[in-house]
Amino acid sequence: MSDTVQLPRWIDVGALPLLNLLLALIVSGLVVLAIGESPTQVVEILLYGAFGYEEAWGYTLYYTTNFIFTGLAFAVAFHCGLFNIGAEGQAYVGGLGVVLAALYLDFLPFPIMLIVAILAAAVFGAAWAYIPAYLQARRGSHVVITTIMFNFIASSLMVYLLVNVLRPQGSMTPESEQIAEHLRLPFIHDIAAGLGLEMASSPLNLSFVYALVCSVLVWLFIWHTRWGYAIRTVGANAVAATYAGIEPGRYIIMAMMISGALSAFMALNEVMGVQHRLLIDFTAGYGFVGIAVALMGRNHPFGIFLAALLFGMLYQGGAELSFEIPTISNDMVVVIQGLVILFTGAMEHMFRPRVTRIYTAWHLRRRAQEAA
Amino acid sequence: MDNFELVILLLDATLRTSTPLILAALAGMFSERSGTINLALEGMMLGGAFSAAAVAYYVGNPWIGLLAAIGTTICLSLLHGFACITHKGNQVVSGMAINILMSGLTALVGIALFAQGGKTPSLDHGSRFQPITLPGADAVADVPVLGSIYSELLSGHNILVYVAFLAVPAAWWVMYRTRFGLRLRAVGENPGAVDTAGIGVVAMRYRAVMCSGVLVGMSGAYLSTAQGASFLQDMTAGKGYIALAAMVFGKWRPFPALFACLLFGFLDAAATRMQGVILPGIGEVPVQLVQALPYVLTVVLLAGFIGRATPPKSLGRPYVKER
Amino acid sequence: MSDTMHQMHGAGETGAVQPAIELRGIDKRFGAVHANKSIDLKVEKGTIHGIVGENGAGKSTLMSILYGFYQADAGTIHVDGRLCDIKGSEDAIAVGIGMVHQHFMLVEPFTVLENVILGVEGGAILREGVDKAREELRRLEREYSLDVNPDAIVGDLSVGLQQRIEILKALYRGAEILILDEPTGVLTPQEADHLFRILETLKQQGKTVVLITHKLREIMAATDNVSVMRQGEMVAHRKTAETSPEELSELMVGRKVLLRLEKGEAAPAATVLEVDNLCVETSQGVRKVKNASFSVRAGEIVGIAGVSGNGQSELLEALGGIRAVTEGQVLLNGLDVTPGRGVDAAELRKRGVAHVPEDRHRMAMVTSFSAKEAAILGYEDDATYQKGIFLNWHAISDATEHMMSEFDVRPNDPDLKAANFSGGNQQKLVLAREIMRDPELLLVGQPTRGVDIGAIEFIHKRIVAMRDAGKAVLLVSVELDEIMSLADRILVMCDGSIIGEVSAAEANERVLGLMMAGVDPHEAKAAEGSA
Repeated sequence: MSDTVQLPRWIDVGALPLLNLLLALIVSGLVVLAIGESPTQVVEILLYGAFGYEEAWGYTLYYTTNFIFTGLAFAVAFHCGLFNIGAEGQAYVGGLGVVLAALYLDFLPFPIMLIVAILAAAVFGAAWAYIPAYLQARRGSHVVITTIMFNFIASSLMVYLLVNVLRPQGSMTPESEQIAEHLRLPFIHDIAAGLGLEMASSPLNLSFVYALVCSVLVWLFIWHTRWGYAIRTVGANAVAATYAGIEPGRYIIMAMMISGALSAFMALNEVMGVQHRLLIDFTAGYGFVGIAVALMGRNHPFGIFLAALLFGMLYQGGAELSFEIPTISNDMVVVIQGLVILFTGAMEHMFRPRVTRIYTAWHLRRRAQEAA
Repeated sequence: MDNFELVILLLDATLRTSTPLILAALAGMFSERSGTINLALEGMMLGGAFSAAAVAYYVGNPWIGLLAAIGTTICLSLLHGFACITHKGNQVVSGMAINILMSGLTALVGIALFAQGGKTPSLDHGSRFQPITLPGADAVADVPVLGSIYSELLSGHNILVYVAFLAVPAAWWVMYRTRFGLRLRAVGENPGAVDTAGIGVVAMRYRAVMCSGVLVGMSGAYLSTAQGASFLQDMTAGKGYIALAAMVFGKWRPFPALFACLLFGFLDAAATRMQGVILPGIGEVPVQLVQALPYVLTVVLLAGFIGRATPPKSLGRPYVKER
Repeated sequence: MSDTMHQMHGAGETGAVQPAIELRGIDKRFGAVHANKSIDLKVEKGTIHGIVGENGAGKSTLMSILYGFYQADAGTIHVDGRLCDIKGSEDAIAVGIGMVHQHFMLVEPFTVLENVILGVEGGAILREGVDKAREELRRLEREYSLDVNPDAIVGDLSVGLQQRIEILKALYRGAEILILDEPTGVLTPQEADHLFRILETLKQQGKTVVLITHKLREIMAATDNVSVMRQGEMVAHRKTAETSPEELSELMVGRKVLLRLEKGEAAPAATVLEVDNLCVETSQGVRKVKNASFSVRAGEIVGIAGVSGNGQSELLEALGGIRAVTEGQVLLNGLDVTPGRGVDAAELRKRGVAHVPEDRHRMAMVTSFSAKEAAILGYEDDATYQKGIFLNWHAISDATEHMMSEFDVRPNDPDLKAANFSGGNQQKLVLAREIMRDPELLLVGQPTRGVDIGAIEFIHKRIVAMRDAGKAVLLVSVELDEIMSLADRILVMCDGSIIGEVSAAEANERVLGLMMAGVDPHEAKAAEGSA
């Protein structure tokens, strides 16, 4: 019983999100105007900061890496009908896994360490997501609230561990010891140099490649395996899932654990790739950016890649911005992020009915003309 | 007597720390009992705190600051309502969006206006809410026990503390004894019943989120113009979420929520005093454990291990007329 | 529209009694669906007026327009001869219209009193109005013998009592005209009888009642006049005394209904399903199925009749593996497959149990999925759909196309979203998915609910074909006609128990109706014999 014509894919996944994004950017421009700066200048600096020079690219993609992981994390849970607001906490605890592996198993050669670190991140992140997932699946506790609570609990836990356990003796700063040099993820510019290519140095490292691999894996998992099918069924209609013999609780837990693991992979980039130690609050809100990225990317890995790139650009360009225009800090990027979530997430229905109506009218007229 | 003094001081601090939680938890309750999830308490609180501090600084009057805070949070509530009620957007997403937006916007505007790294200038004496000495507090101060309870614990808080505590019975009365409250609770349980009774569901929900805005605005103003003397970047530091937790912990009811706020406020007040304290038989309690306790307790409650928290039936569901 | 319109003249003429309601040219579209096509209707004051039509004929839409729930695209509403502009429920209430919705509009955690006064509290502070309301309620209860405890929590009350509160709500608001939308769907026969007695009292007090239903028995028993709707059109008005169920059913469907499907004798073979002393409870511990025992043999269709809500749904869901069984045993070809004890829906499917559930949208499909995704629901683990660890979308697409052509699902496009198919085509796709797996046992609930007439015949034929292919079929339906035309044996459920069995040959509406009301089968048959 359809009222309307199905929208073609290019409108559904292309034009509509772009329209919402555009609105978010226009409002951001108004904010810039309101504080007395020129939006065009801001855009110029943002673009220059993000792509204008060789290093900038590397920084942009380094941020992009984090956002791909957290965006994928949100998306996988979302396909199961869950809002995982807990990427921050899961990534934080995942960082603990990575740093423990790197500090206590430092005798391992790098290739094995790489696998161990990936597993450690996955296990720690997934474990942290497991409790809210279990409570949602078996006791009906709302995962939104529990994951928010778990972010704070993770934060307290990690401060405790960093101050009391991981901090090297004699150090005053609450951070872990450095990871041994041979266990760090190689920077892309170093890899390039090894191949005889010259690249400007930047924090971009091997984890970017892994993020791309994860994107493909998530795509295959969600749309091309029966488990992904089951997860989507649970997310779209849990009653139908039960009817089909797909036990919702089981897949809620599965989706959340995968989500937690993906969030935790962010720690590979930050801890193993860039900081080389565990810092307080190293997640820096990247987990929340994942929500914006996933919503904008319509929970599809390719869309998530594009959205992550956009946010990578904003983060890198934003740093340049605060440097160039003192009245505008990189909080501008946080504002844009909030507006993007608002317009592409919360108000996604604002244009859809109108666009659908216009398209339906156009479609019916065209069909009538063809028939005539 | 030393221990008694300590207890009085701790309870005194508890009243101060729980005040913003009480106001925000009641704010959350008004919104959620009408069916709209309000994760945006954190961001609204920030917005309120910033507006109050900035305006109080310019005008030199905390009351105008308070009005500005309430104005800001009402606008944010309307934005939340516009996304969730009018456009039937996802309420969780809208709440997160407002939180992130306000975290950025308060800092951005703060830097643009005051160039102090996101902080607003310190407020002088007259631009802040000052402690009020209750009648006769000085006179009875020397009476043992009851005298110091009255003069040190109950007296000497600023007006917003008293407002917060009075807001609880007031909210209860509105919720359970007035037409507005009856309709508000009904719209959160079964909007269809309200619609067929000839009451506008949308208008009702908007009114509820606006009540939410008024209360959370006061909570924000308290942080920057009563408890503190300026706005600091991200100064709410999760208080909005704790208030939300307290509301859930209080099962969406005013008095249990008050109890939860006092408990969480007490834990907060205790945490800062527990640093390095060695408890007999237990040893040193990590301050982080105390800080995490409100969240842990809320999770335990949500898991159904201490009673069942049943949210309003239509919470989170936009109202769509059935075909 | 060749039927003679029963025109009632007099409106506008001096001295004549104005009709309580007059609708002129009401027209309503939902997107492409034309729900009401220029409807005219007159309801005389102080009568019970029935509106009949099949599901989807537009009855509920029309009444929702009258009650201000929707706005008509065209047409006018006149109440007591005055033109009324009804923009919302509050306008309808103001002109004295009250409505009892199919799904009750009650706030369950509230008391009866709170529910009744919602919207007419009589002052900003509740206390002022409450005492007055209590008094008024007592008066209404006396006058119409609608006894309920005003301080009871609504959620704790039975469905029948909840419906009484809905009527009280309308009367409390001063309703002169009461609309009831499918009021008996959820009632036991006793409760339904009580309801009709209440309606009669209302009529005697001068109220006007509009009764919407698709059950002809109720129309014949309770109404003075009847209007018939078909596919969004008002096709006829009759005086109830001057019409017959046969005429009305013909008007409803637009042609002579085939009450008996052409089918041969059943040839039952070995027992496939054996249900022994089965009990099912809801998560709240309410016992919905009480000690049910029966069997279904290969090559026969066993029908389960009953008023909706008497445990059939739970029984079907339990046999499909969706609900755990509290007590008893289920044997499939002699093997224990009791759901809940290590056996779930997936396991049952693997053992050859196909299940077409009662509620298509809620359970049988995910409407946001494409047709090919919908076509593997429940069978996504099947080896033919796999390629290594991945799903083989080519194979799935081919299989879906095959299903669609075999079951005449239109349009034959495996990539189209399930939501974009009509109800009948969705149902055919679900049937195809379940039947084409060649199951041992087919469980099927309300197979033709919300399905267009053309598809009904097709679906019935496929179910009979399953039987003729030597499969066991268990059919649950609240449509007696459907049960009687399809089933070879009929079990009747009442209040969770199977109270008796009737063979297809000795079944008729009266016997089944009595049994559905809880009358012992022997007495029911005896009563029938003496009648």
